[in-house]
Amino acid sequence: MAACMRRICGAGLLKSNHGIVLQQANKYSSSSTWTKSQKALCTSAGVLAGGVAALWYTLDRSVQAKDLILHPPEQDWPHKGLLGSFDHASLRRGYEVYKQVCAACHSMQYVRYRELIGVTHTEEEVKAEAAEIMVEDGPDDTGAMFKRPGKPADRFPSPYPNENAARAANNGAYPPDLSLIAAARHGGEDYLFSLLTGYCEAPAGVVLQEGQHFNPYFMGGAIGMAQAIYSESAEFGDGTPASASQIAKDVSAFLRWCSEPEHDQRKKTGLKALLMLAAFTAISIYWKRHSWSSLKSTKILYVPRKKL
Amino acid sequence: MKFKKIYLNPIMKILSSSLIKLPSPKNISLFWNFGSILGICLMTQILSGLFLAMHYVPNTEMAFQSVVHICRDVNMGWFMRIIHANGASFFFISMFIHIGRGIYYESFYLIQTWNLGVMIFLLTMASAFLGYVLPWGQMSFWGATVITNLLSAIPYLGTTLVYWIWGGFSVDNATLNRFFVFHFICPFIVLALVILHLFFLHLKGSSNPLGISSKSFKIPFTPYFLIKDIMGFMFFFCALFFITMFFPYYLGDPDNFSIANPMVTPLHIKPEWYFLFAYAILRSIPNKLGGVIALLMSILILFFLPLLKKNKIKQGSQFNLIKQNLFWMLISIFFLLTWIGAEPVEDPFIITGQILTILYFSVMIKFPSQ
Repeated sequence: MAACMRRICGAGLLKSNHGIVLQQANKYSSSSTWTKSQKALCTSAGVLAGGVAALWYTLDRSVQAKDLILHPPEQDWPHKGLLGSFDHASLRRGYEVYKQVCAACHSMQYVRYRELIGVTHTEEEVKAEAAEIMVEDGPDDTGAMFKRPGKPADRFPSPYPNENAARAANNGAYPPDLSLIAAARHGGEDYLFSLLTGYCEAPAGVVLQEGQHFNPYFMGGAIGMAQAIYSESAEFGDGTPASASQIAKDVSAFLRWCSEPEHDQRKKTGLKALLMLAAFTAISIYWKRHSWSSLKSTKILYVPRKKL
Repeated sequence: MKFKKIYLNPIMKILSSSLIKLPSPKNISLFWNFGSILGICLMTQILSGLFLAMHYVPNTEMAFQSVVHICRDVNMGWFMRIIHANGASFFFISMFIHIGRGIYYESFYLIQTWNLGVMIFLLTMASAFLGYVLPWGQMSFWGATVITNLLSAIPYLGTTLVYWIWGGFSVDNATLNRFFVFHFICPFIVLALVILHLFFLHLKGSSNPLGISSKSFKIPFTPYFLIKDIMGFMFFFCALFFITMFFPYYLGDPDNFSIANPMVTPLHIKPEWYFLFAYAILRSIPNKLGGVIALLMSILILFFLPLLKKNKIKQGSQFNLIKQNLFWMLISIFFLLTWIGAEPVEDPFIITGQILTILYFSVMIKFPSQ
């Protein structure tokens, strides 16, 4: 490998027709005394070592079944890829699924209603959505706490007052907060989609405790959450047929957006920045080549003194 | 006239002699660009870090929430956060290439410059570790627990030292507070060391790809290398922005998006990718103290490279096929160790890590004496 690298990158440096200094320097090279077969052997050893390493790596990736967990297949999300952006109609449906199904057990403590403006809802719609919840506020002038309708600046409501109450209501299992769930799980939205649609009968030999369900995508297989997504288990405002996979897809996309609300803006800004940087890079390459051209084309001629 | 007066200013004289008139070897290649790229990395980290520090709260009850607040509520806060996180990765990529170039061309002959460089490397690693703890995610907490616990391997003093660093009996609020303070101050110490690094570099002059004296043909730093460095910066920012804006969380760990929970240990605790080679070496030694010593030596061995040289000929690997083989072997070992560090502690990864650890130290020791 080293010999190959030398041939690719450094062969020009080792050629003896680059000037007298390099000719002298070449004499110090330990490889100058090597025979062709020695060099060939060395190259072969390098290529073989590289091949073995590549094979090793490939084998390692292919035997990930050792993890005792089913790896979720990659789905073709519209927001995947360099220039992909969220399907906002899907996000709106995902919010509806969250509200109708997930919010019964899961909190979303870092997401505020105002973040939906311009993404899934208009400002008026968001105000109406927020007003559906009652939020404890205060103290008022008399020092008492009071309830008021929600405002866009309020966070999504939590179904339980604290973790203990959540555990008590769910057979000891704590339904995780969903604000960052797509970022916090290996596989992201692919994992969420597979988990929501992957419930099945426990295979022979797997013993589940009371209140547990089997899902091969969940670490260990035994999950406290029952299957929540069925066909028609949610209603979409835009009339899209609510099949189980459609519901799972929309809510997974929505949860990804909740984890990365800046996603679309980030990619848009990135594209602009890269276009500008590419132009600056091209200018800087030209500038560098232009300023170095006289130095690069300089020819140094050695004229022995006696010939003068 | 005015220009002449400015030029006579002692500070301007220093700046002029280090950035304008500095005689530089004509033949240094693009690999020598990584020094200045590291400078721009440091400035990027310091600036983005300053903006993050304006909103970050170093308290266990609020640290995670404050990072979420930065990403969701602060104007362009998400940008500062991902630039800072990915900037650290690019800092280390540039640093590894910079050190690799130093080893390949045996730049460690410039002993003061080299040793200061190794100190900067160590301090940068410390700073990166401290910074990784600050978001107070699961991997932050457990990474801090594992790494600080390494000190308990020191005989007699170990446990006391660990409690002293924690500021209590576990990684807690006091630990987070002091880690934030140290993380804030570290880059400025690095900056001071960088100035010294440059001072000693400019005292003797840069090495060059031929490994011979370049006194016969030197050119002024400005405009030639200034323009070349600007070109390097452009390439660097292209790469940084590409990763940061399109794959910002690719180099991170999903576990760190869950708030630190001392009652739930993650399945695989592993550090950020740039520490994985050292982490693999640590895990390869069955004895705790031995592992810690091996971990330290994997970096400190860089100090010994100039001392391990047998002959006095200033010559790098460029004309020595054996050295080239050893060098590329070292690079392969580094990548393989990084891979092993990310794998679970089970066979065949344990034995592979042990073999690679032996090879790492053997090649490092053998390289200068060839």
